[in-house]
Amino acid sequence: MFGNSSRADWIMLIAFSAFVLAAPILLKPFGAAYPDLLQKFAIYGIFAIGFNILFGLTGYLSFGHAAFLGVGSYASVWMFKLFTMNVIPAVLFSIVVAGLFAYIIGFVSLRRSGIYFSILTLAFAQMSYNLAYSVLTPITNGETGLQVRQLVPADRAADYVFILRDEDLRWVDQAFGVVEEGIPITNLFGMKMSGYPGFYFCAVLLILGFFIAMRIARSNFGMVLKAIKSNQNRLSYTGVNTRPYLLAAFVISGMYAGLAGALLAVTDPLAGAERMQWTASGEVVLMTILGGAGTLLGPVLGAGIIKYFENIFSSINDTVLENVFSFLPTTLQEISIAVTSMFVGEGWHLTLGLMFMIIVIFLPGGLMQGLNHLIGLFKRKISTKSVSADSSG
Amino acid sequence: MAILEVADVNKRFGGLHALHHLNLQVEEGTTHAIIGPNGAGKSTLLNCFVGRLIPETGSVTFNDASLLGLKPHQINQLGVSRVFQTPEIFEDLSVLENVMIPAFAKADGAFRINAWQRMESRAEICDEAKHILEEMGLVEQREVLSSTLSRGDKRRLELAMCLIQHPKLLLLDEPTAGMSRADTNNTIELLKGISEHGITKIIIEHDMHVVFSLADRISVLAQGTVIAEGTPDEIKGDPKVIEAYLGGELG
Ligand SMILES: Nc1ncnc2c1ncn2[C@@H]1O[C@H](COP(=O)(O)OP(=O)(O)O)[C@@H](O)[C@H]1O
Ligand SMILES: [Mg+2]
Repeated sequence: MFGNSSRADWIMLIAFSAFVLAAPILLKPFGAAYPDLLQKFAIYGIFAIGFNILFGLTGYLSFGHAAFLGVGSYASVWMFKLFTMNVIPAVLFSIVVAGLFAYIIGFVSLRRSGIYFSILTLAFAQMSYNLAYSVLTPITNGETGLQVRQLVPADRAADYVFILRDEDLRWVDQAFGVVEEGIPITNLFGMKMSGYPGFYFCAVLLILGFFIAMRIARSNFGMVLKAIKSNQNRLSYTGVNTRPYLLAAFVISGMYAGLAGALLAVTDPLAGAERMQWTASGEVVLMTILGGAGTLLGPVLGAGIIKYFENIFSSINDTVLENVFSFLPTTLQEISIAVTSMFVGEGWHLTLGLMFMIIVIFLPGGLMQGLNHLIGLFKRKISTKSVSADSSG
Repeated sequence: MAILEVADVNKRFGGLHALHHLNLQVEEGTTHAIIGPNGAGKSTLLNCFVGRLIPETGSVTFNDASLLGLKPHQINQLGVSRVFQTPEIFEDLSVLENVMIPAFAKADGAFRINAWQRMESRAEICDEAKHILEEMGLVEQREVLSSTLSRGDKRRLELAMCLIQHPKLLLLDEPTAGMSRADTNNTIELLKGISEHGITKIIIEHDMHVVFSLADRISVLAQGTVIAEGTPDEIKGDPKVIEAYLGGELG
């Protein structure tokens, strides 16, 4: 009945779902229980899960996945501008467009492997980034970014079919007679996608994305992908045509990125080219490796941790530091502030870099490796305890 | 009938003439041994059969179809499986998965996405994989990571990966190198057993005990060309062979 998932998998899925749905309560002690941040966790979790299907299973390291994130955002905002503020068409359209885009980039990039593949994907993403700023400005609105705006007055609507920088059409909403006051926000059949409803929409998609990734990892398809990582050459002498499998994995992970991009636009209906920059591509690589590439939970964990610390560290400024070090004598206080301020605020990437280095050096398998290690230790302790209890009793 | 025909094949590596006007015919259902000193071009010849190398001139025909220009997976799908000189397995996967992948490649073809089915749910493939592992003496280790196997076990695993595909032509590049005497004898018995299923085999081997136990015909390769060919008895007595290769061993 349950297809390809074992008992342990179902327990993991249920535990994962419960954790995600209860996150507003569970993450309160960490000061992370507000919808904007929770939504970010979920969105980047989806991005990382998808990235892991390519990188974690096949070992092909893409350095251009932010391009699909950006494409997803643009596609969604266009749906909002042209048709409706309902999120469903936007999400579906973004997934399809990102998938097609991934097919093209994957088709070319997968002619090479290893570092050449990584460089090709990086080059494509940077090209997309630059195009978004230059020739594609009619679609992307260049540096300003694409935004949801007020409606065009009905008498001028006919002139606005293609150029919609400052005013929108929303044909479908208009046909249904939706009344707008000012700039509307996204909705799910009338339910506004802000605050907790917005988070829960992302959370449900995160759980769905996790479930699909789990089934892929446990299927024949997933086994072939793992075999590609292990020994691609052997696989071809075994009668498997590896290229289309890789392309399928690439497209699927591109579709996840497109979904994440759509959700970013759902929370904040604005798409800018900086979302496609190489730093954004690098971030998802860090998330996946930090959490544990190839594991199911690792990428979500990595995404959550990076976004959580980004939120904390980047919000600390000099005033906060002055308060923290106020107990010190003046010179010491100044030195302490000067040193720590390098790691916070704008300098948070320095902290991220350090964190990443420590993890990669001491836990090459990511946080999941550390976690499994701890669980193993714990189990052994319990079993030795019960053994000694038995012998004494 | 010849299942494999190699005609006038040449292959150079820079100045080195690795295969030199090479001709070879392998009869269907036989075990054909290729022997010769190190560097004679034996592995290079197999590389030309499986699509790893393309010879500069000449033809390689399998069941009346040319193999030249085909991709490795296409050649495998025609029914040619190979055991490599250094074991090539999926080290990050379990022993059972290693055997199931070639089974799926045979059952599902070169490309078929099956993303919703759990791999163990195809009972007939799973049973067959376990059966083959049993024959190889690896069934106890089916859940372990294949990288932890001993060298001899890795070779047997690779052989299992080929046998589960029921190939028409099985290419074996030194299948017993690195095996203990007992394991070697096991492997000989095993390979004798599969001859009864009519699988044609080409075997490259240095161990003359293995060669003379298995081979129906022997080709002797030296410096990229076949210098002698015949039944084991003919080869044993051929002075050219004794001079070029066997020398001390038989004399
Ligand atoms: N890919 C290659 N590039 C360059 N030289 C090679 C290559 N493969 C084999 N050779 C050379 O070709 C000759 C034949 O090698 P090989 O076929 O491996 O011999 P063997 O009969 O021992 O299997 C050797 O001299 C070897 O160094
Ligand atoms: Mg060799």
